[in-house]
Amino acid sequence: MTDYDASEFLLLSGIQHFQFCERQWALIHIEQEWEENVLTIEGSHLHEKADDPFIREKRKDVLYVRGLPIHSSKMGLTGICDVVEFHQDENGVPLQGEKGRYLPIPVEYKRGKPKKDQSDILQLVAQAICLEDMLYCPVPSGALYYHEIRRRVEIEITEELKAQVRETAKRMHDYYRRRHTPRVKTGKHCKSCSLRHICLPELLTKESVASYMKRMMAE
Amino acid sequence: MKKLLTTLYITMPDAYLALKGENVSIIKDDESIGRVPLHNLEGICTFGRQGASPALMAACIERDIAITFLTTNGRLRGRVIGPSNGNVVLRKTQYRISDDEKKSAEIARHFLVGKLYNSKWTLERMTRDHGLRIDVEKFKKTSTYLTESMNQLMSIDDLEILRGVEGNAASAYFSLMDDMILQQKEDFFFKGRNRRPPLDNVNALLSLIYTLLATDVGAALEAVGLDAYVGFLHRDRPGRMSLALDMMEELRSVCADRFVLSLINKKQVQASDFVKKESGAVLMTDEARKKIFELWHNKKDEKITHPFLKEKISWGLVPHAQAMLLARFLRGDLDAYPAFFWK
Repeated sequence: MTDYDASEFLLLSGIQHFQFCERQWALIHIEQEWEENVLTIEGSHLHEKADDPFIREKRKDVLYVRGLPIHSSKMGLTGICDVVEFHQDENGVPLQGEKGRYLPIPVEYKRGKPKKDQSDILQLVAQAICLEDMLYCPVPSGALYYHEIRRRVEIEITEELKAQVRETAKRMHDYYRRRHTPRVKTGKHCKSCSLRHICLPELLTKESVASYMKRMMAE
Repeated sequence: MKKLLTTLYITMPDAYLALKGENVSIIKDDESIGRVPLHNLEGICTFGRQGASPALMAACIERDIAITFLTTNGRLRGRVIGPSNGNVVLRKTQYRISDDEKKSAEIARHFLVGKLYNSKWTLERMTRDHGLRIDVEKFKKTSTYLTESMNQLMSIDDLEILRGVEGNAASAYFSLMDDMILQQKEDFFFKGRNRRPPLDNVNALLSLIYTLLATDVGAALEAVGLDAYVGFLHRDRPGRMSLALDMMEELRSVCADRFVLSLINKKQVQASDFVKKESGAVLMTDEARKKIFELWHNKKDEKITHPFLKEKISWGLVPHAQAMLLARFLRGDLDAYPAFFWK
């Protein structure tokens, strides 16, 4: 398979939406609908600090880089890592302007607490794949920092998870190429969706318009 | 469903609108004479000559507040639209269908079925509420005719024939407009539609309310990412919001005509609210307009149950709901466009 051209890249953060609801992802990324709600506003506020690309700190053997732009042309995804920690490690790679060898560990900041679904984990894994593709080095682990519980959860980047991310990226590109907004199952998750007013999930389970027109006209 | 916010109407011809913090500041003779917070606004309609500051326009674009500029007589001069509704795919689908007469007719048909249904029930409501004052038999006869025309529409897929059936039905309905005026008959009568300029009080009222409705429908269409200027029933004409006029067909009788009739029948407007110019044109006084906007606003706050969505929404959100349903059909979520039926 040939690599994606930069103009075809999709947003890596979309993996999260896609995992939550494929329709929500399509509404945001294909149809360009966006509605801010409390959750997204809080999220972006939290990110302001983590995302500042001009903060670069070094403590002991670890270099902290914030707001690092990343991409993978193989997956056709592009995005920004909140924080990447470069740990000095003999198995690592040399970095421009630094002595020694380093291994990157992506850290993603999340409002709230660990979720039941895999959306956060897959986003992190996608970041890890990007870093591997860009730096030509293994990225065996990453971390999710949850603001609400103020705790960091270490995640092992397994081959299985990576395969799942690649498969997801492929599906996203397939929908995008077809400009297709899927009709997917509605459920409890619709209640917390910021696009509820645009998606109108109830609409997907309604009677057909043909039968509605017929019924009303007969009255 | 989203919440209905307020529309700010500026009727003072000399008012200038500016941004002051998070507010619209209304300025007259270099002095601020009022302020309205942006956060509870849905739209701004100004009948002034002076316009608005670029900073205010930018703030409104950011917040999805539609600014509409009208002449002091209520003719549309223009609207400010932001780049946020950037769904090219949806609009291209709309254009493709608009170029295809057969497919256009399928949507146009539903607009018109809605129009005749709602006109019919406007007449039926009249016989129920004012049976003693009107010629019920005449009303029933026209109502039956409207039902027949409506059913006929469903099997027509040619725009010209659709327009023909609709035209006859519309004139049958309008022939009863004068019968529905039950008060102040010497000052308010209806002998037929005229405009640019309207030549009698009733036509002046209809023109104003149709403009307000078209503005609302146009803004609703743009807000869901559709192009208000590219229609299915109304063909393209430079500067005409054809799609807004298409979608308005369903709402004319229930939203506009009934509102105008109630203004007259409840004596909320009087002969003194109108001025007849030498040319025969009828103008409305500023105070009259102000009064009418307020009543129009109250009307928009009234709640109904949307027949297809089965959700309680305010009248003011009906254009938004219909615009969204049309977009949903164009995107392939619905099998057709569900007309708005009122009873």
